[in-house]
This record gives sequence, structure tokens and C-alpha cells, in this order.
Amino acid sequence: MKTLVKILAKSAALANILLFVVLYGVKIAFTAAAARDAAFKKRLAEKNLTVQFRLKDRTRGRYYFLRDGKLLSRGGIHPDPDVTIIFGSAMVALDLLVPPRDQLATINAMKNFQLGMEGPEELTSWWMETLSMMQNSGMEYGTEVSPGLRRYTSNTNGGAVFVYVKDGKILRITPIDFDEKDAPPWTIYARGKSFTPPRRTTVSPHTLVFKSMIYSPDRILYPLKRVDFDQNGNRNCQNRGISGYVRISWGEALDIVAGEIKRVKRDHGPGAIMNGSGSHHLWGNLGYWLSARLRFFNHIGWTSVAHNPDSWEGWYWGAMHHWGQSMHLGAPESYGTVEDCLKECEMVVFWSSDPEATSGVYAAFEGTVRRQWLNELGIPLVHIDPFYNHTAALLGGKWLAPRPATSNALALAIAYVWIQEELYDKDYVAKRTHGFEPWRDYLLGKEDGIPKTPEWQEKETGIPAREARALARQWGTKKTYLAAGGLSGFGGACRSATGNEWARAMVCLMAMQGLGKPGVNMGGMQQGTPIDTGFYFPGYAEGGLSGDIAKTALGVSLYNRMPQIPTVNTVYQQVPRLQIPEAILEGRTSGYPTDPKTIEGQFFRFDYPAPGYSPVRMYYKYGGSHIGTMAETNRYVKAYQSENLEFVVNQSIWFEGETKFADIILPACTSFERWDISEFANCGGYIQHSFNQCNHRVAIMQHKCIEPLGESRSDFQIFLELAKRLGFSAMFSEGVTEIDWCRRLFDATDLPKVISWKKFLKKGYYVVPAPTVPLRDPVSFRAFAEDRLKDTPEIAPLPADYTEQVFRGLQTQSGKIEFVCSSLQRYDPDDPERPVMTKYFPSWEGPHTADLYGKYPLQLITPHPRYSFHTMGDGKHSWVNEIGDHRILVNGYRYWIVRINSNDAAARHINNHDLVRVFNGRGAVICAAQVTERVPPGTVHSYESAATYDPIGEPGASPDRGGCMNILTPSRPMIKKSHSFAANSCLVEIEKWEGQ
Amino acid sequence: MKKWLLVIDVEKCENCNNCFLSCKDEHVDNDWPGYAAPQPGQGPSWIAILGKERGQYPLIDVAYLPRPCLHCYNAPCIGAAKDSAVARRPDGIVLIDPVKAKGQKQIVSACPYGAIRWNELLALPQKCTLCAHLLDNGWTKTRCVQACPTGALSLRRVEEKDLQGIIAGEQLEVYEPDRMTSPGVYYRHLKRFTCCFLGGSVATKLDDGREECAVGARVTLIGATGAVVAESTTNAFGDFKFDHLEENSGRYTLRIVYANRPPKIVAVELRTSLHSGVHFV
Repeated sequence: MKTLVKILAKSAALANILLFVVLYGVKIAFTAAAARDAAFKKRLAEKNLTVQFRLKDRTRGRYYFLRDGKLLSRGGIHPDPDVTIIFGSAMVALDLLVPPRDQLATINAMKNFQLGMEGPEELTSWWMETLSMMQNSGMEYGTEVSPGLRRYTSNTNGGAVFVYVKDGKILRITPIDFDEKDAPPWTIYARGKSFTPPRRTTVSPHTLVFKSMIYSPDRILYPLKRVDFDQNGNRNCQNRGISGYVRISWGEALDIVAGEIKRVKRDHGPGAIMNGSGSHHLWGNLGYWLSARLRFFNHIGWTSVAHNPDSWEGWYWGAMHHWGQSMHLGAPESYGTVEDCLKECEMVVFWSSDPEATSGVYAAFEGTVRRQWLNELGIPLVHIDPFYNHTAALLGGKWLAPRPATSNALALAIAYVWIQEELYDKDYVAKRTHGFEPWRDYLLGKEDGIPKTPEWQEKETGIPAREARALARQWGTKKTYLAAGGLSGFGGACRSATGNEWARAMVCLMAMQGLGKPGVNMGGMQQGTPIDTGFYFPGYAEGGLSGDIAKTALGVSLYNRMPQIPTVNTVYQQVPRLQIPEAILEGRTSGYPTDPKTIEGQFFRFDYPAPGYSPVRMYYKYGGSHIGTMAETNRYVKAYQSENLEFVVNQSIWFEGETKFADIILPACTSFERWDISEFANCGGYIQHSFNQCNHRVAIMQHKCIEPLGESRSDFQIFLELAKRLGFSAMFSEGVTEIDWCRRLFDATDLPKVISWKKFLKKGYYVVPAPTVPLRDPVSFRAFAEDRLKDTPEIAPLPADYTEQVFRGLQTQSGKIEFVCSSLQRYDPDDPERPVMTKYFPSWEGPHTADLYGKYPLQLITPHPRYSFHTMGDGKHSWVNEIGDHRILVNGYRYWIVRINSNDAAARHINNHDLVRVFNGRGAVICAAQVTERVPPGTVHSYESAATYDPIGEPGASPDRGGCMNILTPSRPMIKKSHSFAANSCLVEIEKWEGQ
Repeated sequence: MKKWLLVIDVEKCENCNNCFLSCKDEHVDNDWPGYAAPQPGQGPSWIAILGKERGQYPLIDVAYLPRPCLHCYNAPCIGAAKDSAVARRPDGIVLIDPVKAKGQKQIVSACPYGAIRWNELLALPQKCTLCAHLLDNGWTKTRCVQACPTGALSLRRVEEKDLQGIIAGEQLEVYEPDRMTSPGVYYRHLKRFTCCFLGGSVATKLDDGREECAVGARVTLIGATGAVVAESTTNAFGDFKFDHLEENSGRYTLRIVYANRPPKIVAVELRTSLHSGVHFV
């Protein structure tokens, strides 16, 4: 019909007639929707108003009266309408009003000023939402299980789920068992056996506890104002974190926040408003921190908090210079590796790798069954980790426990043995690598007189020389997969003072063994399943509805597929996240960017304050707490209490962590209480095709399962309400609601080719069929090893970053794996902290720092937590707290756990489950001790990312019993020329805690 | 009559706690009349996960044993209950009647495994129901089995006459058989939890002083009577490990033979799992 209308509308006369019909049709559509949908009928009764639709030149129009729930209309121009919708011409009006809705046409008309809207924001916004509701009236979603019991779907940081709802309350949350209509799984045949994953999704512990978090007593159900905060008088900044709160109305809260946004801009100029998010938000493509949040803040102009490449540190600042992989933050790509590993590999070395704890990332227990297949095939396993981790505990194998931040010495000794005993791939090194000889000479001691022998490494790592030699011989004679990190890359040793050199050494070892040859690759079965990478569905890093082409991966695919009004932050100022306290307290800091586009992106130092911008005066915090997740975090507490911050607002779901440092608290709802759409473990962008951790690609409609609790609202709604007060609600929402954005995103994917919106909305998920065997992706680095053009399905590196020919070789200048890094030679060849080839340095905080080590003789490591995910799942009365290996109940309080070797415990008269004070010069945390053999003497283990911050005295200056171990970790970056985090280089002492 | 057979494989349990958490999700705040009253939000859980670390750094392993109600054939709780408040159904599920059992605290102490918990708020003994309210309504898995990622928990329906064959064929055992309760829940690889190991490393010193792992050394474990208990060969790291030994089983002798070196004899006293150290030959 639309095509016909377009043809007819070429005649101006016909267009005017058609317009008359269509405008009348609007009324009919309203009446019909009100007749079939009680909710819509109720909506129409909310307001009495007059809405004028007219052409720009006022020659034609029709206005609609909404009176007591009834819609009447009349042709012509009303003298004083409440809301006016203005079309550039009859043709434009027809294009936009005749179904199906064409979002690109709408946006184009808006950009060309051919579509406009006049009236108070409250009314224009209400009218647009009402139009949207009309179009969605009668929409059915979810499955009826039995009378009164409906099953919805949702998605989380730890897997996709069914949500059973009865009487408006969530009854249960389960993994998704596929039904007979869902696509069959893939099968890999290897060594006479066949391997097929179960037809279901797995879920993480922090996902199974959502019911306890949704209905947590720590939910913020109403807007709150700090009792001694007065935006027109005394702000009492020093009392942040101390004073209590009083309930206020949404109207008052929004007026204060919008008023402060205007005031701060008026008083200080651009840059005075800073916004930062937690490391992760609740899962989704639209309500995520890279989506609605950016769309809002780009409209007000903001100093952004620049994220460090947290979790990837050493891969990004170090390994990237050897092999590129910048689009993966320096970590390797992983296509086809599951099948290759099962078929070819003879040994797997897990080095600082505990996927059973970290789920790779986002992927629940999807990789677990595949690692069990390694056991089934009898493939020998080695685990190198200061902690006898959960992957080692489940799968068994040889455990080697180096002292924290030393294991790059072990790597150098392995290379030394390979050279001495000629156990490396000389042909590959000659043809596919660059600069081996200088590094070989360094290993042999020709440069510094110290051969990097197994005996040499023993002094650093504590691993017996004979075992280092045995490992080198096994590795040098067996086709070996190296799982370095919980994903390929990610976590553990790469987040220490020597994290760069460790990640660099991992690349160099694999280069010596022929990376990409059959059975020789990176990964521990966590990534690289044979799923369909050719089916388009975006991940969260593709920016959702952000409109932000500069700061998300929106421009790659999604922007074309889901046309939207682009948004631009006009404020160039940034604050490095790890230096927020210095920016606020000292007014001066600097950082280096996380820019995955190219290797050189990380060299562009930025300073704060940026030229011409105001220092930050207002902090709009959103999402999880930095006190549990950043470094030396008593600094953050002190920053909050500074008068330099005139206003702090926290938009949060739970009253936890740093929420209590805000002046105004805006209550957000969980993702179970709003609409969203997403895919299991698909983050897109920096971990392109990250869903290849999963056994099945599962696209999920995140149903609005229940109404928001209390007065909480979705982030989108909160931002929209503020946008109304700041004059950009139409640009923020584009006149549509959250469910419409879901539909728009659905239309942008490949889903409409295989399932209708109606069916998807009802069933809630779609399993993307696995490709046939010939269509499975090739193995990563195989083409590189064989000097063929890159054949894995990613535009990474970007075309300009190839040297000889697009798709030939790697991103490095030589196109090869570089033992001597040309990027570092160009940038700063004399940097003693990051030499052009990888070398061993002792940690700047560790056994070699004698003064400190004398006082604090225990090396604390704090990897990513197992049962919680950043601050998700911990605290807030979540059931995770009751897991005996997460927190321990002592005297009625659940304490965070520190794990200590039995010898170290005995020397300190510490018994299992005793309360202890873990401390150093930066602060103290009260923990419960777990006495164990899972760490060697001298090393202590805890997890990072407690959600609770609970100082027993003055905030920022007293021991925390909430478990924020990052109070203890150093804020010093791994190397000066980086924005990085070295949490696993941390000296502490532990003593029995007898206090209250 | 078909029986529900829950099998727990200790070797596959990694202490992820999904069983514990899904049990809470199903039962906290949810009332299943005729099956169970709501589980308390914080506090006594219906499935315990017992953990055991064996050995000493650096030769250790870890095992976990999820322990729900064992749905015993000779369930002592049935006898302890008044008014038939606890009953065993024909399909093997033992249920505490949430109405009749009110106030009957003695049911809690009747269970030798501690699987019955006292709900203070409701004054009610409570325990795992094997999600009977779901199984009776078409579910084929309990919540814990559904959420288990490793296959450590599995549930099926078997004919009672086939049970003995399954137990023998799959080497199933019951937990603490001495208690004579005839549990209906079975375990695999229980020895990972109940037995101990004796391990160690074998190494040699070369003429230049360097140490090497002794790969392929023959290690013989000899009992107090002089009888050979087991034999093993050291792996690529010179390590050996004899498993499934009884705790406190007394004196053993290790006889280590490597290449043409003279045999090395090591005497050990085994109380619990032991890393006997590095033995140079």
C-alpha cells in the first residue's frame, strides 16, 4: 500500500487528497485501538488536549481533540493547539503516516527540518508515547504455562533465562531448556569420539539469584535526598557517606537534578558535569551504559570517565605490540579453536586461567562441558596460577604456583630451554616472525650476563627448576594450546606490575611453537565454538540507541541497520577512571586512552583539565560501585567528601557501595522490570563475536516481566524525564518508547529473515542454527601460519593497518609476530618500563621491594570473583552471600574471605574462619580467613569487587568490613605510559582481628 | 513402580553452588501446598555442599559432595514423626507434610545426615522435596539438576527391578552406608571424598648439580604386612599418586626404582592425604 501511496503522491493534487484520508485514518486507528485494548483506552483518559497535524506552510491540517478519553477530529488549522506536529509537505506526511512505519524516513525528515513538533515537552512526549502505544496495542508476549502462570524470557551478565511470573510477581528464574522446534546443535568428531553440547543455556550463580536481588530489602524504591543537603543553601559535602536520607517525590528529585545541570553549566561552563558508570550494567542492548546513558549525556555535554582496558591490561598495553589484535584489546581472536583443539592438541596449558570462575566473560558455564571433553580424551593439562583454581580443581592436571607477578620469568626460562634443546619451530620463527635474534641473545644472557635458565627463574617464581624444565620439554614436544587468562587474554597475571611482560611473553612463546598450526593455538576451550558468526545480531558495545558513533562500535554495522539520530558529546575533556580522585581532589591528572581501533591509539596522552574546560563540579554516577572495583579506593571515598564536588547524583538500583555518597539518589529498576533485547554473551565491539563462547547463539527478547518496584523507573525513563526538563525529549526518545526501540533493534538484526516479530515477542528467544561443517569458520591464525590471506570473519585489523596487502599478515609493521616491537621502537624505544622486547623485571611491589616487604610480607592476589560479577550478585541480601566460599557468617555478619596457607596462618595464630585484619599502608579490610593449601606460603588470595562498603568508623579512614579488597591495591599504573591497574601486585600483612 | 533416581557424581562437582541457589529460587517465598512451605530467605538450606581439600601444597586436590535429603528407604525421620507427618511415596520421594509436621522438632534430629532443617519462623522441619511439586506436574528434572552445569547431578526414572543392575553397572555407592538408612540417592566417585591419597615427586641430581624430574620411575606402595598395595609410574613431572587409601591406615613403604639407580625406600605413616615430598634417587 505504501508503494502505491508513494506513486500516487507524486501528483500534488492526489497527495492532498490522500493526506486528507490518512489524517482521518489516524482518528479511526485510535478508536479501533481503544476498542480492543483496555490499557490504551485508559491511557486516552489521562489527558485532555488538542493536537494539530499540519503542513509547514499551514495550507492543510487536521486537529484532534482528546476529551475524557474520546478522540474527535476536525479538518483545518486550530488557533491554539497544545501540541503541533508539522510536516514539510504532504509527501513527507504520507511517507511518515502510512504504515509500515519507516524510521529512516522519520529521521531523515527530522534532520532536514521536514518534521517538527511544538508544545510543552510533557505533552509532546505524552502524545508520541500514546501514538506508540496505539501501534503496540493488543501485543502478546510470553507463554502461558498454566492458568495465571506466564513464562517470560530475559538475559543477564550470566546467561539467558526463563522467568515465571504469577500475580505480577516473579516465581522462579531458570536456565532455558530448548524445545523440539529449536535448532539442533553442532557435533564435532575427534579421535574416534563425537562431541555434542546439551540443548540448553547454562547460567551463572549471580544469575540464579536475581529474584533475591530484585526483591532485595536494599532496593531503592523512591527518590532520596541527603538530609543535610540544600542545593540553595548549605550543601555539607563533607557529610557525604555519613548523613542519612529523606524520601522526596520524583518531581522534586528531577527538578533538583535538572536544575543543577543548568546551574553548573551556567556557573562553570562546559566540562563541569562528569558522568561515570560501573564496569557493567544489567544486560541489554538498549538500557545499557553504552546506550541510553550516552544518548542522554551527549545531549547535555559531559566530561567522560575514560575506562582503562580493565581485565585486559597487559594484553592491551603489552601484547598488542607483538601481534596487533588491537580490536581484541591485544588478546587473540579465537575462531575454530574448539574443533582444532579437540582434534589436534596434545596438551593444554592454563596459565593464569580460571574460566570455571570467570565464565570466560558473560558465558555462564558454556565452556565447562567442552573442558570436560579434554578429560574424556585424556589430554594432559597444566595449571600455572598462584591459586589452585576452580578449573584445576575440576579438571585436574599439574599445578605450578609461581609467586604473584613473577611468572614471566618462568616463560623466559621455558624459551631458554627450547633454545638450548632446540625444541622450537625454527622454520616458523624464520618465516612468520620478526626480531627473534636479539631476544634470543637476551635470553641467553648475552645482553645482561644473566642466562634466563630454569635455575634463574626458580629464585623469582619459587617453581623448582626441574619442573620448569619438564614443562618446557613437554610443551616443546607436544602440540599445545595455551589458555592465557580466563578468556583468551583477560584477568589474572595481566593485571599486575609485570602484567605487560607476562602477556608479551605469552605471545612470544606461542610464536616459537608455530601459532596457528594444527593443535597449536590460544585458548582453553572457552571460545571458538562452531556457531554461525554470519548471522547478524549486535552486542552491547555496538551502542544500541546511543547514537554515539565516536565512542561505541555503532558505526560498524548497527547505525546503518537501525537508523537513529546521531549524538555527539561536544566536551572533549576526559578523566581517567583510575584517577577520578586526583581529578577531584588535586584538580589535575592525565591518562592514556583505551582505543582499540589501532595499535597507536594507546599512545595519545590526555590531560585533565583539558584546555578551556571547567574542572568537574558535578558528578552523575550510574551503576556499580568503584570502591570495590578500582584501585586504592579510600581515595574515592575522600574525593566524594570534597567541596570541589558541588553536586553528586547517583542513579542506582540498590543502596550499596558508593550510593550513600550522593546528594540525590534516583531509583532505577532492574532489567526484569523494563524492555530490552539482546543475545547471550554477545558484547560485540572489543570482543567481536564473543558469543562464540556459547554452545548456541541465543537471541533474547528481554520481556518486561513485572512492573517496576516501588517508584523505581527504567534508566531510559529517568533520562527521558530529565530530557523533558532540558528541552530534548524528542531527540532523546525519537518519539518512541522502549518496546519500539526493541522492535527497531529486532528489525536491524537478521532475525526478521527467520522469525516474525510477533512470534519472537511471544516465545522470547531464537536459537540460531549452527552452520554446516563446510561453513564453519576457519581456525584463527591458520592462514597467517601458512602465509595466506586472513580468512576468519572479522574486519580486524582495519584495512589501513595491513602493510603489504589487505588481509595479508598481522597488524604489526612487519606483518609478522614481532619479538622486537616496531610500534614501541617508533614510540619510545628507551622506555625502561616497556622495552622494545619483553624482559624480566621484578614487580615494583613485591619481594624485591625490601622496605615494604619487611612490613607487609604477604603477596595478595585479587582475581575476578567466582560467584558474583563485578558488584552484581554480591551484597544486597543476594543468596550468593550465603555461599560458603563467597562470604562467611561470623557473629551474624557475612564477611568477605581471604585465603591463607596453613603455615602462614599458624605463624599468625589464625584458625579457619577467624576474623582477620588484612592491611597495608593504604587501608585495612576485615575478612574471614579460609585456611587452605590452595595457595603457597607467602601468597594470599581473595576476590575483588565487593558490592558492599561498610567502614567501621570514619569513611575512607577506617577498616572496611564490607570486603572492598581494592582499598588495599596500588593505584600506581603498571607503567607510567598507560592507564592501567596492577591489582595483583599488592603486599599486605594479616593479623587476627579482635575488634568490634 | 518406577522410582526417581538421583545420582551425584563427586568427581564432576565443582562447587558452583547452582544447586543450592536454584533450590532457594524455587522454595524461598514460594509455598507449595502439600509439598513444602516456603524456605527461609536466609539460613538453613536444603542442600549442603561439603568440601574436602586433600594433600599439602603443592600436591593437592579438592572434592565436593552435594548432600540433599537422601530419600532413604529406611528413613529414620519417618519413624520419628508423629501423625504420619513424614512419608515415603511409592516413587521413592520422602516428604514432610508441611501441615502435620508443624512443631515436630524431633524430626530434625532424627536425620543422621543433618539434612532436615528447622524453620524457626514456621516452627516446621523442612528438607529437600526432590521438587516433587514439579515432577508431579510434568517436569523431568529437579531445579538443582536443571541448573547443574557439569552433569554432577542427574535424575531419571527407573524400574525398581532394574535398580541393582544400574548400581552395579555404574559403580554407584551410598553416602555413609554404616548408618543403615538405605539412601535412595546414590553417588559416584565417592572415594574422592571419603578416601585419601599418598603422593610425592621423584627427582634426580645430575653431575653438574642440576635437578631433573625423574620421569617413568616405578613406585611401589607396600603395606604394613609387606604386601604390595599398588604400583605406579611417575609422570612427566616425576609425580606419583596412590588414591583410594583409607585414612589412618597406618604405615606404608614406598619403593622407588628409577633407571639403574639403587632403589629408594621411604617409610610413611598415613593419617590423611599426604604429599610425601620430593624423593631424590
